[in-house]
Amino acid sequence: MEKQWHEMTADEKQEVQFQKLLTPKDHEGNDLKFQSSEAEVTYKANINRIKDAIQMKKTPDRVPVSILPSMFPFLHAGMTPQEAMYDYDKCIGAFKEFILEFKPDMHIGAAVPGPGKFYEILDYKLYSWPGHGVSPKHSYQCNEGEYMKAEEYDLLLMDPSFYFQNFYLPRVFGALQGFTMLAPHTGTLEMYGLAFNYVPYALPPVQDTFKALFEAGAEALKWAMAMGVSNGELTALGFPNPAGGFTKAPFDTIGDTLRGTRGIMIDMYRQPDKLLKALDAFVPIMIGMGIGAMQQTGNPLIFMPLHKGADGFLSDEQFKKFYWPTLQAVIVGLIEGGCIPFPALEGHWDSRLNVIQDVPKGKTAWMVDQSDMARAKATLGKNACLVGNVPSSMLRLATPDRVKDYCKKLIDTAGKGGGYIMSNGAFFDEANPENIKAMVDFTKEYGVYQ
Amino acid sequence: MAEELVQFLADLKEPEALAFVEKSLAEGTDPASLLDQAKKGMTLVGQRFADGEYFIPSLIFSGEILKGIIQRLEPHLKKSGEAEEKLGKIVVGTVAGDIHDIGKNLVVFMLDVNGFEVTDLGIDVPVDKFVDAIKETGSTVVGLSGFLTLAYDSMKETIDAIEKTGLRDKVKIMIGGGQIDDDVKVFTGADAYGRDAMDAVKLAKGWIGG
Repeated sequence: MEKQWHEMTADEKQEVQFQKLLTPKDHEGNDLKFQSSEAEVTYKANINRIKDAIQMKKTPDRVPVSILPSMFPFLHAGMTPQEAMYDYDKCIGAFKEFILEFKPDMHIGAAVPGPGKFYEILDYKLYSWPGHGVSPKHSYQCNEGEYMKAEEYDLLLMDPSFYFQNFYLPRVFGALQGFTMLAPHTGTLEMYGLAFNYVPYALPPVQDTFKALFEAGAEALKWAMAMGVSNGELTALGFPNPAGGFTKAPFDTIGDTLRGTRGIMIDMYRQPDKLLKALDAFVPIMIGMGIGAMQQTGNPLIFMPLHKGADGFLSDEQFKKFYWPTLQAVIVGLIEGGCIPFPALEGHWDSRLNVIQDVPKGKTAWMVDQSDMARAKATLGKNACLVGNVPSSMLRLATPDRVKDYCKKLIDTAGKGGGYIMSNGAFFDEANPENIKAMVDFTKEYGVYQ
Repeated sequence: MAEELVQFLADLKEPEALAFVEKSLAEGTDPASLLDQAKKGMTLVGQRFADGEYFIPSLIFSGEILKGIIQRLEPHLKKSGEAEEKLGKIVVGTVAGDIHDIGKNLVVFMLDVNGFEVTDLGIDVPVDKFVDAIKETGSTVVGLSGFLTLAYDSMKETIDAIEKTGLRDKVKIMIGGGQIDDDVKVFTGADAYGRDAMDAVKLAKGWIGG
């Protein structure tokens, strides 16, 4: 009898995930029809190449190549980021053109711009986006702040979902003020007294909040369907998207959007024990977020943008105490749940490589921005597939020949023996298309393993 | 007892530093001398950061302790006319279209504790505002910060505008941020780029002296 999912080892789960990627389904659950037999061959070769690079059991046929842009595909199509965020058809149209023009072995979908109208309906405060705080021709950017107050750790720890609903969400969404009036769901126990908990739903601010949510949900669905169409089309053409969603390191979760950089760093001194407890509390939450995304999309690669662990942000001691233990626990939990964690080392991480190399072999892929690739290969690269390192500045400003030289060095060092995917190192908006082409084409030619 | 506050602040001992200030004020210590000690403490923090002993959390927390000290001293401080002697004047800001400020704030902090008079123009700073600030302050060094690739263009436009108004040979321009390197330096026409806040101090000292 076949093993149930929960009875499988991490190895077996990963194998199932790749088999699922190799046999894609359409939206009705039937085998997806490829546009041509050639597209099917390309698609499967791409998946196997990525699989071999990540698993590190055998050397792939050649170095896989990916492009991980933010607004580039849309700017390249002559659109503004604003148009990409508000016109979903134009967005996926431009993304398709981008993939067909450059032909990477994998992509992570057209979801980067996100649905502008959705953010508008909810009156999202955490980010400024084109037409809402930044110019239509620029990308969205985070408005850092103390959305969680220093004295709220106990409240957060008591019941994170209640804290998010009644405190955090109303602070980051102007349209969700009604949430501040709701009773905790955990108070729904017995018949007696029950109705009191539901009185707030009769009040206009709560009703307005739910109206906004229904409208936002409809908008989100419209956008998600466009993304689904896009992924289906690109798969049929031979271009896989193994990305299943995202999650974060607990330290970044608290430090980026709850307490903010300043807030979390002050907490490290004033209330380290509470911070450590909160970091622990976020481990299962962040694992659940990744596994949930994988279940929703069916794709195993879970992106994890890593921020405040970079060189210089924390001392070695602080990194080992506050950042790494809970990140490591999330990575391990995701792997055990059948995900492939895809952390991005944004900025420089040279001083952390010795610590973070302690991950299960062949189960993760790490996007490397500006860390030294030879050192990364000799440490983290022993256990994990490395992705990236072509600098944004080079893609924008250098000549194609210099890009090729750089890619050659990457293939010779990071690519040695497999376990490497060629890519840009940081998400980028502007670039010289010739340089992107040079990165992809050169890798396909020079990156073949003998 | 004269230097106790210097050490408390340098060692990031917040409760001790604040209690010391309160006790000293009650005993009639000159608040100006306490402020002076606090500044010395901040300079030590800056030094430890430059030496790799302290990292960003220490800088941020030291700023927080200083805020608490100044809050306690302020009601007792007389407005004194004599300005402290500074090494030189520097204008710093995050360029147009970019609203990131963590790196920029660290640069401002380190320049300040190292004795420069810094005009911080904030984030998303229009080109003209940089030009005006250079004129108004007579600054000889300009620091342009940016995190996004779009900042390359804004930096170039800012430097072009400084050039057009005839100020280019009066100032040295340094750039810094997440995706800034030598290629970007050449593209924008800056004089130098720095990887971190210590680089900014080194560059400024090289240009201004001190």
